Order: sequence, then C-alpha cells, then structure tokens
Amino acid sequence: MTTADYERNKVLSSSDEHYRVVGTRPVRHDGADKVTGRALYGADFDAAGLLHGKILRSPHAHAKIISIDTSRAEKLEGVKAVVTAIDFPKSDKMVVGTGDEATTLEWLRDNIMASTKVLYKGHALAGVAAVNPHIAEQAVELIEVDYDVLPPVLTTQEAMAEGASLLHDSLTTEELGHDTGKVSNVAEHIQHVKGDIDKGFEEAVEIFEREFNTKTVHQGYIEPHNGTALWGPDGRLHVWCSTQGAFVVRDSLADLLGIPISKVRVIPMEIGGGFGGKIPVYVEPVAALLSKKTGSPVKIVMSRKDTFEGSGPTPGSNLKIKIGVTKDGTITAAKAWMAMEAGAYPGSPVGAAAMCVFAAYDIENALIDGYDVVVNKPKTQAYRAPGAPNAAFGTEQVMDEIAEKLGIDPIELRLKNVAKEGTRRVDGPVFKRIGCKEVLEAMRDHPHYQTPAPENQGRGIAIGFWFNIALDSACNIAVNSDGTINLTEGSTDIGGSRTSIAMQAAEVLGIPVEDVSPSVVDTDTIGFTAVTGGSRTTYATGWAAYKAAEDVKKQIIARVADVIWGIDAANIKMEDGLITSKTDSELKMTFKEFASQMGDTGGGISGQASVKPEEGIGGSFCGNIVDLKVDPETGKTSISRFTCVQDAGKAIHPDYVEGQMQGGSVQGIGWALNEEYFMSEDGTMDNSSLLDYRMPTALDLPMIDTVIVEVPNPGHPFGVRGVGEANIVPPLAAIANAISAATGNRMTDMPMNSGSIMASDS
Amino acid sequence: MAVVFIPSLMQSLVDGNDRLSVDGSNIRQLIENIDETYPGFKNRLVENGRIRPNIAVAIDGEITPLGLLQKVPEESEVHFLPAISGG
Repeated sequence: MTTADYERNKVLSSSDEHYRVVGTRPVRHDGADKVTGRALYGADFDAAGLLHGKILRSPHAHAKIISIDTSRAEKLEGVKAVVTAIDFPKSDKMVVGTGDEATTLEWLRDNIMASTKVLYKGHALAGVAAVNPHIAEQAVELIEVDYDVLPPVLTTQEAMAEGASLLHDSLTTEELGHDTGKVSNVAEHIQHVKGDIDKGFEEAVEIFEREFNTKTVHQGYIEPHNGTALWGPDGRLHVWCSTQGAFVVRDSLADLLGIPISKVRVIPMEIGGGFGGKIPVYVEPVAALLSKKTGSPVKIVMSRKDTFEGSGPTPGSNLKIKIGVTKDGTITAAKAWMAMEAGAYPGSPVGAAAMCVFAAYDIENALIDGYDVVVNKPKTQAYRAPGAPNAAFGTEQVMDEIAEKLGIDPIELRLKNVAKEGTRRVDGPVFKRIGCKEVLEAMRDHPHYQTPAPENQGRGIAIGFWFNIALDSACNIAVNSDGTINLTEGSTDIGGSRTSIAMQAAEVLGIPVEDVSPSVVDTDTIGFTAVTGGSRTTYATGWAAYKAAEDVKKQIIARVADVIWGIDAANIKMEDGLITSKTDSELKMTFKEFASQMGDTGGGISGQASVKPEEGIGGSFCGNIVDLKVDPETGKTSISRFTCVQDAGKAIHPDYVEGQMQGGSVQGIGWALNEEYFMSEDGTMDNSSLLDYRMPTALDLPMIDTVIVEVPNPGHPFGVRGVGEANIVPPLAAIANAISAATGNRMTDMPMNSGSIMASDS
Repeated sequence: MAVVFIPSLMQSLVDGNDRLSVDGSNIRQLIENIDETYPGFKNRLVENGRIRPNIAVAIDGEITPLGLLQKVPEESEVHFLPAISGG
C-alpha cells in the first residue's frame, strides 16, 4: 500500500460533541498579510529619527574582563551613544521570572551584557547606537577590551570533572532548597524515586543499559531577534519587538532598568518563529538604554551569527538509561541519570526531562537523577518540550533494544507497559485522562505500520510525552453594530492561534468565525497574558475567549430580557447565533439583528475575561513511525515515510494541529540527523550560519502524514490539549531505531549524520 | 487529612517517610504543620513568604497557580515538583 492509497491527515475522534465552528478549517485571519508580505515584523519597524544599534560580542568562550575602553567608538562621527554593563542600574531584587524560569537579576543582566566575565563566545559586552547600521558596526570594532582568557568547559562531562575550570566561583549545588555548599559547575541536583529500585532490578530477567550523548542545537527560527526601543521624555519606554511574551519583555525590562512596569509598554510585532527561544530578552534592554541616552528610537536586529552565538540554544546532554524487564517484557525497574548543559548560567530543562523520561510507562520501581550543569556556551533556552526529546532519545532506544532481544513487537511492548488514567508517574502525581494507549493503538493500526518496511530500509517507532502548562490569559470582546465582533488578546501568534482563539469565541456566540476580527495587542491594551509557549495558547487564551464570549452572551440575554422583550432572562436561550424565547416561539432574533439595535437599547456590549486555569491542563502523547534507508557507501540517511500520531484533546483547527505535528516532526528530524553546534576546542561555534548549520527543508523530506487522536481533555470547555510541543519528542529516537534496523548499529550519540553512521560501522 | 508526598531529597528531614498525612486547609498550613514536627522542612520549600520559584505544587496531579494560598481538599494528594514551563 502506498501513501496514496489511504486517507491522509486523519482525525480520530472519540467524542460525541458536534460543533459548528470548532473542528473546521477556516482560512486564517492573518493569512493574506503573511503571504503577501504586508505583515509587519520587528525588522520592518521604522520611526522618525531612528538610530541603529549593534552589539560587541566576546571572541572568547571564557575570560575575565580586565577593562573596556569605548572612547574611540564614542568619537566616531555618526555614533550617538555607547553602553556597557555599568549603564544598568543596581538593584536589590534577587529573583526574577523570565517567562519560563526564575533566575537572579544579576545573571539575567549579565547575560544581556557581561560585567566581570565573559562566559561564552558571543557574550554581549557593549552596545552602540549610530545613524546607520554600518557606522554602528564600525564603532563596535573600535571598542577595546582587555581580557584574561581562561580555559572553557564545553560538555557536562568536562564541567563535572574534578578540578574543572569554574564559570562562577560562588556557584554551589542546590538540592530542593538545600544549599549543599559544594562549589562546582553543578547548579542543581534533582531526584525522583518510586518504589524500590534495587528490588525492581533483582526481579528483572533482563537488564538493558546504555549511555547517550546529545549536542547543543538551536531552535532555528527563521526571524532573528530584534527590538526597537523609544524611551520618551515622559519616562515611558515603548518597545516593538519579536517575542513570545510581551508581558515577559515588559516585566524583564522593568526589573533590569529599575522602572515600574507602568512605565513600560511592549508592542509585539508579528513573529517569525520562536519555539521557546524568543521568551527571554536579549537586545531590548540594550536598545532601551541606548534610547535613554540618545532620546531617539533605537533598533537592534541580530544577525544570524549573533542569533546562533548570542541567544539561547537548547542543551547538549549526557544520559544513562537502565531498564529491567521480565521475560514477557513487563518493566520491573527503570533508572535514569541525566546531566544537561545550562550554558553560562543555571537553568537547563533537566527538571522537565526528569518528569518526561519514563512518563509513557507504568513502572513500579524507578529512580531518576538530574543535574543542571553550567558550561561555556550561550545560556540555554527552551526549545519545544525542552529536555523531553533528549530523555526520549535514551528511553525509547532502550525500549527498542528490549523489544528486539525479547522478540516482541515494539508497539506491543509499549502497550504492555503503557501509562493510563490512574498510573502514578515516577515524579509522583497520578495521571488523569490521557491518550497514550490510544496513540499507540492508532500507530499500530495505521496503514504505515500495517505495511512491511520497504526492502533495504529500516523502520523505527517511538513515543513521547509533554505535560503542557496553563498560566494567565486575558481576552476582550466588543460587539459591533453589524453583528461582527472585535476580539483582542495578548498571545503572540506563532502557529495560527489568533484564529483558533477566534473560533472558540465564535462557537460560543454561534456566529461565523469570519465575523470575528482578532487582534494581538500590546501590554497597555489587554490584561496580563503569559507567554505563547508551553503549548498553552489555544488552551488558556482560548478559555479566556470562551469566557469573554460567555460574558457577552449573558449581557445580550439580559438586554433582550429587560429592554427588548420584557421577559424573564431565564426564559431566553441563545444558541447557534439565534436568540429565542423558551415560552413564546414568536420571539426570536439573530445575533446580527440584536447587534443592530444595541445603540437604541442601552449601548454597546463588551465582554471580558482573565483566566489562570487551575485544573485540567492535560498532557499530550505523540508517536512516530519512520522508514528510512542508509546509503552503505556514504552513510547518508533518506527518510522515505514518516507518520506522526498525536493526542490533541480536541483539534480546534485541524490544519494548525497538523501544522504543529509536521513542524515538530521536521525539527526533530533535523535534530536527529544533522543539527549541532560544531564546537572547536576554544569554544567557538564553527558553523554559525544556515549554510553550515543545516536544517531540513521541504526538499529533504517526504510528506509528513499525521493522525490526530482526539481524547478530549475533560478540563477544558472544548476538550483542548496543548499540541505544540509533544511532537518534537519522539522523532530523535524513532529515527535512531530505524537506523539501527537498517544498519544493525545502535546510534547513541547525536546527530546521527553520515560521518557518525559510517564511523559506527567501522 | 491530605497526603503530602515528600520529595526523595527531603525524606531525610522527615525520618525517611516518603509521605505524611497532614491536617491543613491550605498549602501554607500543611507546610507549617509538617515543619512543627520536622523543623527545617519549611525553609526548603518557602522563601520570602512564597513557594520557592523553582518549585511547583500539585494537588491531585494539577499544578496550582496559587502556591501557599491553594486550598487543599480532604484526602487530596500534594506533590512538590520542579517548576517548568515549556517552549
């Protein structure tokens, strides 16, 4: 059976709910602007008197800063201001939130502009504002810095070794609020224990153990970081930027610059990808300080090289996975030891990795140890289910080895041990309704899996999990007199979310989604809204839209009851865009008819909601089936078929869910087969361009087939589960398993490029 | 009484127990009640009157945004987990 012989991009639903708008595939509201180039991104921003900023970056991976002399730069004609770390105000504030983690203000400030040490090649040292970008670049070259170069540590193994060069002389290892007092490059040790690990391994008939290594990779968003700041004479700071969280930018700027949040307004521009990498601030504070000094707006746009070397890639890691099983494949014990690179400052996603590493399985006895390790690389940042792909690369390969050794089908092995509602996770909580079993069954029953792998090709499968988050969202709805609505919200639109949020409001009000005009607005115009990330946007901001629409509905019913019909509101219902009386069938009006009467019946109607859902977030499982061939002469891997199966709860807009699944799969494929920060011994990234940091394009891959398994999340009005992240978790292991099947060699290091495949064969 | 699961790295503080049944109507009260019997427990989880920023609290598997203020129903399970978000 070929890929053309069956229905692709299926939606498998177990729900009886029928919706008018939710589940359909309308054209996105921002589509025309995006495909015609009219959409405005941060680099498009212009203003009268605009200055251009450039940043001086360290050529060394690890060095003390002895002195910085900016005098020659300041004298260059066309240069208007220069800033360094001393221009940041001092603050007593200790801990700040950066949208996806907490860190100290000192570290956040130092990462944006180094003060006493540079900790990675590319670390920002100074900023220049000039009348044009060329003069700014020239000026940056005139800044003189005296360094005392120190040896770098570039992997967790190097950083954790006895006597390793220390990045921070006072960094001690913390264990859940306890300072161990041990000075090293290990910032934190976390641990989860379930049952009795020793007893579990004693009960095992077979024990499988492997060590794995992954490299630093970048999120690869096509649009580099950018920001324009205008610090006005009234003391208000306005910032236009590319960000996943306008309120994160606002709060970070307030903390870093020592000003109240009421003085900061952030206007999020359209965003060309983020994947977690555009949650923290990088250029915005520098642009703000330059604007303060010059009185002019200042724009800074990172180059691609700056983006690789000066933003936040996701960590490399070293993992050891050990699993014990009985003769029939039941897992009796599982152990994970994971060390993750945090980059220059603490905060790797090892905590998340620890929560996901065995999440797909019901295991009675388990031990997980995780270590957050600083190294001389850029401070790592979230990348789509951060930590979980690394963990799954290990676990899913060991599961594959078990299946092969015991002669059990790999999907059946996973089903035998599958986590389900009521399974207690290794980190403690009990799963509520989840879709792991349904995803595995959909994989098993899919035509791809039911068809044998082509000759001379290997097939691999894997499953992965991400738990998703909720956090704060707000939404306002104003009813227009023509029966359309304006919907404003604060979630930067990365994957079509403004339309899926509009669809949820349209469903409640019973109006076409084309009658909703959604806008993503600035921090002055909408209530606090957390990041577009963590697979939360369609869930949480959608919930805010749902509640705002319910608020509108309630007001409409009250208006019709009190003013128009003069009957009890309890006798009125509003469904499918029609307002009717339950007691008099003659009384009915459409939403549009009501809207046209608003001015004469009491004025406009607006609805509002701010939410921070406390329950029902719901994690998502995703599985892959991949067929590939490996050229025995060159080691080149060609993927011939790739299927992605994911539990989406309820797909509000199936196109966007499929897009997330395909996008995550492609990123996972690139990560598995080719992407890495190719580091030289002195800590230089040798491949900091998109020519040499090779990400897959549409020319490299077959069509990614998707199956959306709808196991509705009981914790959301429409059953939504976040879907943006779980799909990057399984591809790394699925591909490794397919390469193993194709070549007979188990690949324990990533990337699994031609060179490493050929080396594994020799 | 709620059941508070003790993270493995803190079990040495509570005589090796992996869980404790504790009285308390909210997280603050639970922690303080445990701290009365096992001094030092509170300091591991609470800083400046709030749950430490790198720790999340889950009630019956759901992460609460309310921290110490979160009400705790009878018979519920309480877990202290690494705080994480996503990308």
